Amino acid sequence: MTQAAVPARAEAPGPRGPLFAGIALAEWTKLRTLRSSYWTLLAAAAAMAGFGALLCAAYARHLTPASRAALDPAAYSESGFFLAQLAIGVLGVLTVTGEYATGSIRSTLTATPQRVTVLAAKAAVFTTIAFLTGLAASLAAYFLGQAIFAGKGIQEHLGGPGTLRAVLGAALYLAMLGLLALGLGALIRRTAGALAVLIAVLIFLPVSVGALPAAWQNHVNPYLPSAAGQALIGPTKFTPPGHLLSPWTGFAVLCGYTAAVLIAAAVTINRRDA
Amino acid sequence: MIAARGLTKRYGPALAVDGLTFDVLPGRVTGFLGPNGAGKSTTMRLIVGLDRPTAGTVTVDGRPYRGLRRPLWQVGAMLEASAVHPGRSAAGHLLALAHASGIQAHRVDEVLGLTGLGKVAGKRAGGFSLGMTQRLGIAAALLGDPAVLLLDEPVNGLDPDGVAWIRGLLRSLAAEGRTVLVSSHLMSEMENTADHLIVIGRGRLIADTSVEEFTRRASGGWVEVHSPETSRLAQLLGEQGAAVGAGSDGESLAVRGISAAAVGDLAARHQIALHQLVTRRPSLEEAFMALTGDAADYRPHRAAAAPGART
Repeated sequence: MTQAAVPARAEAPGPRGPLFAGIALAEWTKLRTLRSSYWTLLAAAAAMAGFGALLCAAYARHLTPASRAALDPAAYSESGFFLAQLAIGVLGVLTVTGEYATGSIRSTLTATPQRVTVLAAKAAVFTTIAFLTGLAASLAAYFLGQAIFAGKGIQEHLGGPGTLRAVLGAALYLAMLGLLALGLGALIRRTAGALAVLIAVLIFLPVSVGALPAAWQNHVNPYLPSAAGQALIGPTKFTPPGHLLSPWTGFAVLCGYTAAVLIAAAVTINRRDA
Repeated sequence: MIAARGLTKRYGPALAVDGLTFDVLPGRVTGFLGPNGAGKSTTMRLIVGLDRPTAGTVTVDGRPYRGLRRPLWQVGAMLEASAVHPGRSAAGHLLALAHASGIQAHRVDEVLGLTGLGKVAGKRAGGFSLGMTQRLGIAAALLGDPAVLLLDEPVNGLDPDGVAWIRGLLRSLAAEGRTVLVSSHLMSEMENTADHLIVIGRGRLIADTSVEEFTRRASGGWVEVHSPETSRLAQLLGEQGAAVGAGSDGESLAVRGISAAAVGDLAARHQIALHQLVTRRPSLEEAFMALTGDAADYRPHRAAAAPGART
């Protein structure tokens, strides 16, 4: 019919920039335009630094010669990860399930039908933000903790053996765990379901394994996603117990679980109706 | 142009879309009609690749939607009213879509202005009325200035001003040569908007025709007669070969197969008083009801509903 009357604009200037960069920018825009993002990140940072400082203060108050000798100041100041991981995990899950719950996923996938690319962009943006937040919180936790211990004459510096690894490791662990949560969200799609699985992995599994006979525990526990990843935040002064994985091996195991979940999510996202 | 060929979608045991074949051509508003649950929304989801067809294909400008690199430049779609995160502002929602599509950010302000949302651009979409949410959906559809537009029940929740606005918008978009597909479950909405109709019921194609042709095909006219002697008149009319049924109010007669003049002459010959004698033409709404009645009632589909079905 009157095809020629279609405004040239529809074709002329055309899309700008490479595909992935645009989608990543879109995902960043989505993250920063939701208040809940700020609250969960703030909660994670506060848990990491605040809870860590609280534990350090409690430890320093009742210092005995034995506890002084057993103290690993760097690793201990990062203890807040246990609470922070829940906040980061919630944000990871919500990054995907929030879109399904509100229907905004339909806008997202109508704008970008390349679903795996969308998932990859989401993962990249979220992991970057989670790592940077985790790193800031981890550094804050470290310096707060050392300030508290310094009052008791315990000195520690970032250049010490394993110290930087533990501080950086806390941030890496939080980011990777958040990414695992994001993968669970993409696979399960429902906030409640994905959170339930995340809580099961982080809390229920370790507790259940604790009920096994000790000989079995030593074979199972190191390979749990939580324990494996946390090896990276583990002792800096002491050699870890023999059955635990070394820091980077443990972290690699966590990365493996995360990769498996993300691959499953990428395979299903293309097959399922949005 | 949108082209569906044998498009079929099954959800478990339910066949939502059943072998639809149609083309939506540029330069006119195509009304996509059917009762609730007829498969309109499913068809639209299939067109934009949100759902995968069980069988058949649907293409936009010759390509499946999921093969388009940045589809918002070619296709704008408003599917369900709320494809927006309630915690995000209207501007934030549109900006994310613009970034994902490589559309420049200033276009966001343009479509916000175009849809009358300029003043609430920074407000969270969760606080929007249904009408404002619809406008935001339309703004998103217009973002890439696309040549193909799909709008699912766009009039829902709009006030009369909004309805008039969207009618004008659709007509002007079509006049610019764009392909415009608008779904509705209300025929009356389409009466002044659509040039062409695709009517479905229970997932199947019932009609793919112009608005005038649709009305003509659905039903001929009938003659409504009010008289104090309806039973005697009905008998006489029956003897003349006319089909006589009860009128809309239950007291009058609805007569088919005979002209109003012939009814008047017959009554005069037999000295029957007539209080009212009116030739009725079916409205688009009635034509729609007659054609989709079967489909909506979950009875077996018939190619053409009998005009007498109403009486």
